[in-house]
Amino acid sequence: MSTMQSYRLRDRAAQAIGVLSLAFLILIGAFFRVQALESDRFRSRAEQNRLRPVPLPAPRGQILDRNGLTIAENVPGFAVKLLAGSRDSLRAVLARVSAYVPMDSAAIEGVVQRWAQAPYEPAAVISNATFEAVARLEEHRYSLPGLVIQSEPRRVYPAGKAIGHLIGYVSEVSAAELNRQRFPGAGMGTIVGKDGLELEYDSILRGSNGIRYIEVNARHRMVREEGAAPPIPPIAGEPIHTTLDLSLQLYVDSMWTADVVYNGSLVAVNPLGEILAFYSAPSFDPNEFVGGISQTRWREYQTDPNKPLLNRVLRGRYPPASPYKLATAAMALRRGVVNPDSYMPEPCRGGMQFGSRFFRCWKPEGHGYQNLVGAVATSCDVYFYQLGLRLGVPALLEEGHLLGFGEPTGIDLPHEVSSSLPGSTAWYDRQYGPRGWSNAVALNLAIGQGENDQTLLNMVRFYQGLAGNGTLIAPHLVQPRAGAVPRDLGLTADQLILLRRAMSAVVESGTAAASGGRDIRMAGKTGTAQNPHGEDHGWFIGYAPAEDPKIVVGAFFEFGLHGSTVAPYVARVIRRYLESIDPSLRGVNIRLEVQADSAPAPLTIVPDSGPPVP
Amino acid sequence: MRRLGLDRTLLSVVAGLLVFGLLILYSAGQTEVPSSAGGAWMRQLVWVGGGIVLAALTFRSSFRVLEWAAPGLYLFALALLVVVLIVGTGAGTAAGTKSWLAIGGVRLGQPVELAKLATILFLARYLSTQRSPPDSLRDMVVPCAIVGLPFLLVMAQPDLGSAIVFIGILFAMLFWVGARPSLLLLLASPLISLLLASQSVWWGAWMVLLFVLLLMWKPYVVEGVVIYLINSAMGVVAIMLWDKLRPHQQARLVSFLNPEAYAANSGYQAIQSKVAIGSGGLFGNGFTQGPQKRLAFLPEQHTDFIFSVVGEELGFVGVLAALLLFFGLFLAIIRIARRASDPFSSLVAFGILGFLFTHVFENVGMTISIMPITGIPLPFFSYGGSFLLTCALALGLLFRVAWDSRLSGYAEI
Repeated sequence: MSTMQSYRLRDRAAQAIGVLSLAFLILIGAFFRVQALESDRFRSRAEQNRLRPVPLPAPRGQILDRNGLTIAENVPGFAVKLLAGSRDSLRAVLARVSAYVPMDSAAIEGVVQRWAQAPYEPAAVISNATFEAVARLEEHRYSLPGLVIQSEPRRVYPAGKAIGHLIGYVSEVSAAELNRQRFPGAGMGTIVGKDGLELEYDSILRGSNGIRYIEVNARHRMVREEGAAPPIPPIAGEPIHTTLDLSLQLYVDSMWTADVVYNGSLVAVNPLGEILAFYSAPSFDPNEFVGGISQTRWREYQTDPNKPLLNRVLRGRYPPASPYKLATAAMALRRGVVNPDSYMPEPCRGGMQFGSRFFRCWKPEGHGYQNLVGAVATSCDVYFYQLGLRLGVPALLEEGHLLGFGEPTGIDLPHEVSSSLPGSTAWYDRQYGPRGWSNAVALNLAIGQGENDQTLLNMVRFYQGLAGNGTLIAPHLVQPRAGAVPRDLGLTADQLILLRRAMSAVVESGTAAASGGRDIRMAGKTGTAQNPHGEDHGWFIGYAPAEDPKIVVGAFFEFGLHGSTVAPYVARVIRRYLESIDPSLRGVNIRLEVQADSAPAPLTIVPDSGPPVP
Repeated sequence: MRRLGLDRTLLSVVAGLLVFGLLILYSAGQTEVPSSAGGAWMRQLVWVGGGIVLAALTFRSSFRVLEWAAPGLYLFALALLVVVLIVGTGAGTAAGTKSWLAIGGVRLGQPVELAKLATILFLARYLSTQRSPPDSLRDMVVPCAIVGLPFLLVMAQPDLGSAIVFIGILFAMLFWVGARPSLLLLLASPLISLLLASQSVWWGAWMVLLFVLLLMWKPYVVEGVVIYLINSAMGVVAIMLWDKLRPHQQARLVSFLNPEAYAANSGYQAIQSKVAIGSGGLFGNGFTQGPQKRLAFLPEQHTDFIFSVVGEELGFVGVLAALLLFFGLFLAIIRIARRASDPFSSLVAFGILGFLFTHVFENVGMTISIMPITGIPLPFFSYGGSFLLTCALALGLLFRVAWDSRLSGYAEI
């Protein structure tokens, strides 16, 4: 064939070589680009392929009490994690894991969700596995690709339920918390404080996690655990030293468990505002929450009618009742509307007529003529009605706020609710209309009833101010929160002494007589908060020794009927503490008598039941 | 060697490629994850032994006999392709296709490999018997039909990669027999139209360019009109054809265009291969040391993606060496084709060039994402008996062509 002549073939061969050269240049160019120009990018991509970062959890800082006893510490635990390439393969492996270690479907879903957050990191399956579980899993490692087991510090609270409401607990940070940047520096899987001190001081306690790298193959099976890449060691968290007296706290817990049938709360502080004991009953065991509580247990806690998860110290708000009379007295002294020795014009005859209504005193027989000290001691309502009228509603509200009754205390624990007291008479105008309410409000407010709800903690803070040098200091376990500035009660030294004397008169008859010939005098005030829904609540707030207070204790029993139910327990706590700081008082037998004070039924505001507000 | 009458250049290049290929195949088996790739290099050695015997037998057979037998071989290959469509089974990466011929569960081989050579022989016979090279599109009808039949049968398996090889063979041989490049471009135009169909702007530009080219090159009016109509039709057909494609083929084509969007599925191979090659850098991670391969991130590292192992472990230098060896092979084949003693053997040699080149370009190109992933083996590297024996047959033919030309005195030119 003519076109197959050799000279033509030579031309065509040259063309063919040209085409081939072009094709090979394209290939070589492509390889040069990938291997020489973009090599770094692909090299890091390859590293990302084979190296999986596994967080090395930092040991959390210890939490210690004022004497150096341990409240929270770490013990070695095992964490079981899984590396997976896809949701399906993760589920398949989890199904096999659950054959060796029981897992419910909710737990499995949780793991899948954790995995979806960070698919390149091992997802935590069991955060505190038992040695037996780990042994069983290790035995079947071959059928569990992606299994990573590592020793991790586990949080333990040796005091258990005695400190539940105080310490909170720790658990893995949630996706929502990560989104909100709630915990700066925390990443997926980081253990953070979820409540209580653990949450409040998380940034100090947490430290920072390290990272180690394990080498995996394409099936996410671990190939090499050590030396794949240099690890970054974790930095341990700092310990915190609290003001808590752990032995006193344990005493409160055991006392409550053994003797007290009521739900309630108890707080003990020293005159500097340092919290010595902090208890809300019923309590819960924070150890159950570490690393995630089981669904059924959580439901049990949630549906328990006694609400063990409610922190009654911080979040329980009740009418302050008689203990508030000290506040009314302080206001009257501050405003100068009463003279310490003067008697109110109207004697107590078991009640007092105001407008169209008769306001009763708790003691139907009446108290007769009273001065301030006597009225506090006998808790005479009629005296305080008159004091309230002298002050007037605007002053009662304004002074109430100045004494800190409309604010949170500023304790260094999360989730504190603010005590509530209307800010001004405008509140009543809004609520009832400008002519819809009368000075009867003053009568209610003066005896701690009415539109006034206080937390136990806030009431204890007020008594701490009285017991101390007249300055309210935010109760604290480590230090007051930033911004919680001390609040001066604005009382002169004489006024302070007067109020203390009035208070010690309350329990004068029950002065503790020390067997060694030394007297411990206790000062305090009982209270009964009227409860329209059931039995009355009981208050007692006291301090001792009366002349040189070392401890202020407040307690509140739900449906406790009366403050005198509460007072003996407070006395026991006080004695226990005083004994512990002064061993010579050991064996002191405290006998306590308090009068049968009961607040009058709260009066509903009836329009025009009294003279209009000036 | 001279005594045996073997072309020394071809022999040394092939020997180099075989040794290189076996070493890489050995390395491909060195993984942390146990797989069938582990002993592949030893099995491949057995195939190489068989291939040498086969090549020697082919070398011994006369081209006149081959020329005579070409139509029969071609028909036999077509028959096998039909049979495989009916009773064929899938295997390995192409488990969803019907490409293997098996009797009683024992896989005998892939008929498509035989069909490639049979088509080369038959097309060479047809073209060499023509008085003049194809000078119009009408002259192209028979060559297109010869290649088109096995092409369509292979597409039906479906095996897009091998089908592309047939097109490579067709164009290489038409070029070698003397068809004008402009004519080849017109012949290829429907394919170009098909590829551009998804992008309206590019397709429109191509149709304008084609119109200009037709005016410049002045084919017969009817042919020009037909070409233009076919091109227009392809723009429409492409959409329909797309729907006809199996999901895995669609995925491959789409992921070729944008592998990152399909990283988890069909783009995975393309990305991991590129990562392996890129991480090799200039000098590689060292023989048998590539982590991507070792930890099984690299898919099909002993078959379709064996060239990625070269890139990862020997780096750009190794890639360059391998490509230069292949380039040397093709130069040697061109030389053999140019010096062939007769048109038939010359066309056979160049057809083999088209066949091998398509394999190399397509396979190497897909490892670095400049070609779609079609799963065709790399000569002398990829593990696989059928393909190795086919290459052995092809080499036997090439050595024979070289020997014949030396006997007729061509070799000294």
